[in-house]
Amino acid sequence: MDYLLHASDLERLIQAIYKDGYQIFGPTINDKAITYGEISSSADLPQGWTDIQEGGRYRLKRRTDKAFFGYAVGPHSWKKYLQLPHRPIWKASRQHQDIEVIEIQETAPKLAFLGVRSCELHAIAIQDRVLTEGDYTNENYRQRRAQLFTVAVNCTSAAATCFCTAMNTGPEVKLPSDLTLTEVIEGAAHFFLIRSGSASGAQILSELSLRPAGMREKNLANGRVQQLDEEMRKGPRHFDSSDLKELLYRNLDSPSWDKVAERCLSCANCTMACPTCFCSTVEDTTDLSGEHSERWERWDSCFTADLSHLTGGPVRSDTRSRYRQWMTHKLATWQDQFGSSGCVGCGRCITWCPVGIDLTEEVRSIRDLECKQAGSQEQP
Amino acid sequence: MAADSQLITKQPHKPKLAVWKFASCDGCQLSLLDCEDELLLLAQEVEIAYFMEASSAVVEGPYDISLVEGSITTPADLLRIQEVRRQSNFLVCIGACATAGGIQALRNFADVSEFTSVVYAQPAYIDTLKESTPISTHVSVDFELQGCPINKLQLLEVISAFLNRRAPQVPPHSVCIECKLKNNVCVWVAHGTPCMGPVTHAGCGALCPSYNRGCYACYGPKENPNSDSLCHWWEQKLGANKSTVIENLRNFNALAPHFKEVSEHRERGDKA
Repeated sequence: MDYLLHASDLERLIQAIYKDGYQIFGPTINDKAITYGEISSSADLPQGWTDIQEGGRYRLKRRTDKAFFGYAVGPHSWKKYLQLPHRPIWKASRQHQDIEVIEIQETAPKLAFLGVRSCELHAIAIQDRVLTEGDYTNENYRQRRAQLFTVAVNCTSAAATCFCTAMNTGPEVKLPSDLTLTEVIEGAAHFFLIRSGSASGAQILSELSLRPAGMREKNLANGRVQQLDEEMRKGPRHFDSSDLKELLYRNLDSPSWDKVAERCLSCANCTMACPTCFCSTVEDTTDLSGEHSERWERWDSCFTADLSHLTGGPVRSDTRSRYRQWMTHKLATWQDQFGSSGCVGCGRCITWCPVGIDLTEEVRSIRDLECKQAGSQEQP
Repeated sequence: MAADSQLITKQPHKPKLAVWKFASCDGCQLSLLDCEDELLLLAQEVEIAYFMEASSAVVEGPYDISLVEGSITTPADLLRIQEVRRQSNFLVCIGACATAGGIQALRNFADVSEFTSVVYAQPAYIDTLKESTPISTHVSVDFELQGCPINKLQLLEVISAFLNRRAPQVPPHSVCIECKLKNNVCVWVAHGTPCMGPVTHAGCGALCPSYNRGCYACYGPKENPNSDSLCHWWEQKLGANKSTVIENLRNFNALAPHFKEVSEHRERGDKA
């Protein structure tokens, strides 16, 4: 059931969530970008702003309207609140001849995410499979995730770098979310369609005593999302992803990997910005006395030598092998390992790559080179 | 390294630490004095046997661990570094001078006699080598801690690791990872600011980008860097000219082999 929430009542929604004891995080402008940070009122949101994104380039721009959610995803992803970038796991101290180890457990905060896009719900669902369902689970993630409250937003505008339609992850929110919003600005009218997807979402909605949305309002809202979907499917970054796994498995020796390695900086920005990349390492340290030691977990990346370091050196010492590992895992082996693609088409790896390496272009390049090779082999 | 030394297991004798200075500004040695809170603890764990910056009292070698600051720029230092190596069980180079020649290695790309004739009234008194070279050019080194200046917390980490027979946690990845761990917005992508972060060794905690400045590569090249690609983007998309690109490769770590090679490519105008 869709309800109508006037734009001026967005503040009431935020306060209702806040009153339920949640710490609210959402989009907010910081250092010339729309980042995720703590939100205490609707005034913290980047109202009237949008973003212009291309490979290796991100700029903010004023919108001509007062939209609260008129932009695409920025440099941050929600994973920073669920799979913490850096956290202590245990500490140990020497007690005479024994060593006492104390596991460090935090009391997980009640988190609410405001403005979660469809691709991002997919990313969280992927991280759930990786970090809570496999053989190697992350208890800290599980606890933070268990209490999470999400307010999703249907996208009505996209960045040039978005390709969720190619990955079947958007722009329309289809995964469960406690609440889901669609923003509409039509003439002087500015409202949201809002619906609940859980008991706690329904509870918040009932506190707001909203009226059900009318047919015209629903049509307007759905029309915006459908229109964006159609536009994106005609865009240059949309592609058929149904055979990606087979394509990449066939092309482990494609010359395309050599070409991308000439440009790739192996700086790891793509993996840090990616909402599903989950690699982490552990760092063990001692103090000078050797009486105390600690183990910390820290985000790591398949673009570092340390991640694949075994006895004798790194398994993937050159950039070609690292980029191939990343992309092949993301798009192909991930499917065998976790039952879905690891890519949600959010485009962060494209925008936040300093040299604008574009995953969709790399897919196309591999496909084109394969076709060309097949063509040349057919000739006598 | 220290695996077969006998100093770890809480022997009555404390490991002897020496700090050596070659051509340098003393900033990296000062990082050790700058440890303040940790300095007393360090003094409990090691015997500070030779550290002229802090004390003129000298305990004779050999030394369990030597920290070497500075580059080799004079004939006398050529001999002295050999003696330091002979006296040191474990030798750690600290800072850009010791690991990559330092700012003074800019002379390697020019004629040092021209410099001395311009700077000094009596250049005949100057006894200097044509080139400034890192310590590893002359003796084998056990560990290199990069940075201009080094990060004092990393220095303590290296000493702690040595004392406790473990590998130091000094990851050789990019400054970008430090930015991302700190939640920084990328100054390159979002502001168009040329930044050396993607090719620079982590360790500073992304200091400059945290204050909305581009990285200057004080920490030298990261593991597996690709500065040619970085420079290409700087020139094509960020409006940097050739001399800016070369200056950034040569700032503090001009002799780091990767930076040297790429700066020479760029100077000649050819590609890698």
